[in-house]
Amino acid sequence: MAIENQVETPGLLGWIDRRFPLSSLWKAHLSEYYAPKNFNFWYFFGSLAMLVLVLQIVTGIFLVMHYKPDAALAFASVEYIMRDVPWGWLIRYMHSTGASAFFIVVYLHMFRGLLYGSYRKPRELVWIFGCMIFLALMAEAFFGYLLPWGQMSYWGAQVIVNLFSAIPFIGPELAIWIRGDYVVSDATLNRFFSFHVIAIPLVLLGLVVAHIIALHEVGSNNPDGIEIKAKKDANGIPLDGIPFHPYYSVHDVLGVAVFLIVFSAIMFFAPEFGGYFLEYNNFIPADPLVTPAHIAPVWYFTPFYSILRATTEDFLLWWMIPFLVFFGLLIWFSARAAISKLIGVVVVLAMIAGFFIVDAKFWGVVAMGASVMILFVLPWIDQSPVKSIRYRPGWHKGVLAAFVVVFLVLGVLGTLPVSPTNSLFAKIGTLLYFAFFLLMPWWSSAGTFKPVPERVTFKRH
Amino acid sequence: MNTIFRVLAALVASLSIGTATAATAGYPLDPFPTQKLTDEPSLQNGAKLFVNYCLNCHSASLMRYNRLRDIGLTDEQIREHLVLDPNQKVGDLMTIAMRPSDSKEWFGAVPPDLSVTARARSSGAGSGADWIYTYLRSYFRDSTRPHGWNNAVYEAVGMPHVLWELQGSRGATLEEIKEVTGDSGNGSYFVKSTVVFDANGTRTETTEKLEGHNLHPSRHWTLGEAQGGTMSQPQFDAAVADLTAFLAYMADPTARTRVRLGVWVLLFLGVFTVFAWMLNREYWKDVT
Repeated sequence: MAIENQVETPGLLGWIDRRFPLSSLWKAHLSEYYAPKNFNFWYFFGSLAMLVLVLQIVTGIFLVMHYKPDAALAFASVEYIMRDVPWGWLIRYMHSTGASAFFIVVYLHMFRGLLYGSYRKPRELVWIFGCMIFLALMAEAFFGYLLPWGQMSYWGAQVIVNLFSAIPFIGPELAIWIRGDYVVSDATLNRFFSFHVIAIPLVLLGLVVAHIIALHEVGSNNPDGIEIKAKKDANGIPLDGIPFHPYYSVHDVLGVAVFLIVFSAIMFFAPEFGGYFLEYNNFIPADPLVTPAHIAPVWYFTPFYSILRATTEDFLLWWMIPFLVFFGLLIWFSARAAISKLIGVVVVLAMIAGFFIVDAKFWGVVAMGASVMILFVLPWIDQSPVKSIRYRPGWHKGVLAAFVVVFLVLGVLGTLPVSPTNSLFAKIGTLLYFAFFLLMPWWSSAGTFKPVPERVTFKRH
Repeated sequence: MNTIFRVLAALVASLSIGTATAATAGYPLDPFPTQKLTDEPSLQNGAKLFVNYCLNCHSASLMRYNRLRDIGLTDEQIREHLVLDPNQKVGDLMTIAMRPSDSKEWFGAVPPDLSVTARARSSGAGSGADWIYTYLRSYFRDSTRPHGWNNAVYEAVGMPHVLWELQGSRGATLEEIKEVTGDSGNGSYFVKSTVVFDANGTRTETTEKLEGHNLHPSRHWTLGEAQGGTMSQPQFDAAVADLTAFLAYMADPTARTRVRLGVWVLLFLGVFTVFAWMLNREYWKDVT
């Protein structure tokens, strides 16, 4: 005899609940997921990132119905979508504006993590899944950018794929393997299309699910950086927690409304956004024989592109070696275990030796990669005794603000052609960018910290 | 926090000034009269000029003839006045019969498709329409060029002055200050060269050495007065503005619909935001 699960829900819902944990999933993730009641402005961007992800997937599905991943047809097929497909222009502009919006929202979401120490124990995996989402997003944007097959699509892909050829020994072969040809061509377009529409989105969705499951397991952090689970009422409900639904669902609807106003204003009135969201050169069909005078990636990659361009031989010799020597000495004198001292010194010496053996171009690629990968170790290099910036020494705010300025300046420089002044600023920026992270174990624990309150600070609305 | 934002704004501003000066190093662009973009007679005249003067060498192969209903034409008008090739239908794309391999041989380069040129030509110096509007009005006689014409905006251009019958011909003067390295290779000095093209395109160049400090390289074009065209200069400017308006329309034919719809979308979202705000306030009353 079949034994049915006992559930409290009646009717059709009961029938489902006896077979699928619908009610308990709803409770666990929405109606009985207790989030801190003191979320502020910065907490909108998680749900907005989700909204943009859905927007990109839905508009993407419709674009794929009309787009032709063929070097001879791709450019015209995008304009066909813009002109002949009913509402095609709206779908395409949503997708192109959505790509930039995704990065804006995700950068702000990540900055929130930095502001309130959201990556600190026990949320390390939430952060790591988040960093992996960021990597997947960058890959998704890069592959997608080739598809319109304009000059910037083509030469941007050419420049980035060529970076792999800087890897010693296997580089040139690897670059050919990635492109499937000696130059970016139809073969490249087809594989990038495949990555963009299926491979990366699958990974992205899986990671988003993991990100949220991990978050709901440990619970959300908040602007005070206090664990609300430490103070519970008689029913085991956090005193400072409120159910996500309906309180944060209605709150996020308001966030979505305001976001959509900004999004629509750009999409309807300035979809090119001054050449930053849709680059002007990309309205010229890809031409393998004509290299544009100035190749700039789309704005969201420019901080990392600046780091790549700043890493020249001169930068390695006169900027990086002194910095690494200083860093090695810092480790030598402050590490407690002998093994840490040894590892620190060996890594520093190996890198300095490497600067003389391998071409600077390779180190540029390493620096660019490292500038993203370094985010992964944030939970461990942040040694501050408190999570939130609110209870850190005042000058920590200055450090964080300086980091934001450095990131933005690197971003602006990445859109400009190289000049002596620009490259000097880019070098300073690159050094400061890495110093922010590499010296974090020291600066994050220094200074006088303020006492953290027992309960979250909340003012009634 | 305020200080940080001020420093940030100053930094961003200084960087953008850097770009602006770098971008305007070329020929200064005249502003395209944007009101032409919403003026149907202008757009229709632009379409006529485009079909008569451009659509023989340049295609607009992403554009359909019958889309011109957007600018107030009927299918009959389009078929009668604009589809010049008897083999083409009103629903066809604006393609041309000239083969790219032939044009490459005849002109040295394939004349580009003009469907989205008005967007591609945008830059920090001005919109794509500004560029086209200035470019088409900056031709002058230059007998050193294979087809006898040159252009101040697009120097050594491959296209002759197709609209010359309308504008007539003229000369131009280029004053250039440049740095040259001495013959012996020790040190450099500045020279001012003046290149004069007379109304027949005959080129004469004079160079003088400049004394003094604080000299910067510069280029300055002065275009002569056009003579012998069927139009006066203001008439010609207006005709080019019409043609430019058409090219700008063609590069983004849904632009007007987009802006009109955008207003309604924003109005809706504004109302929606008010309700979302009220709903949020109602729920959050409970939270203490």
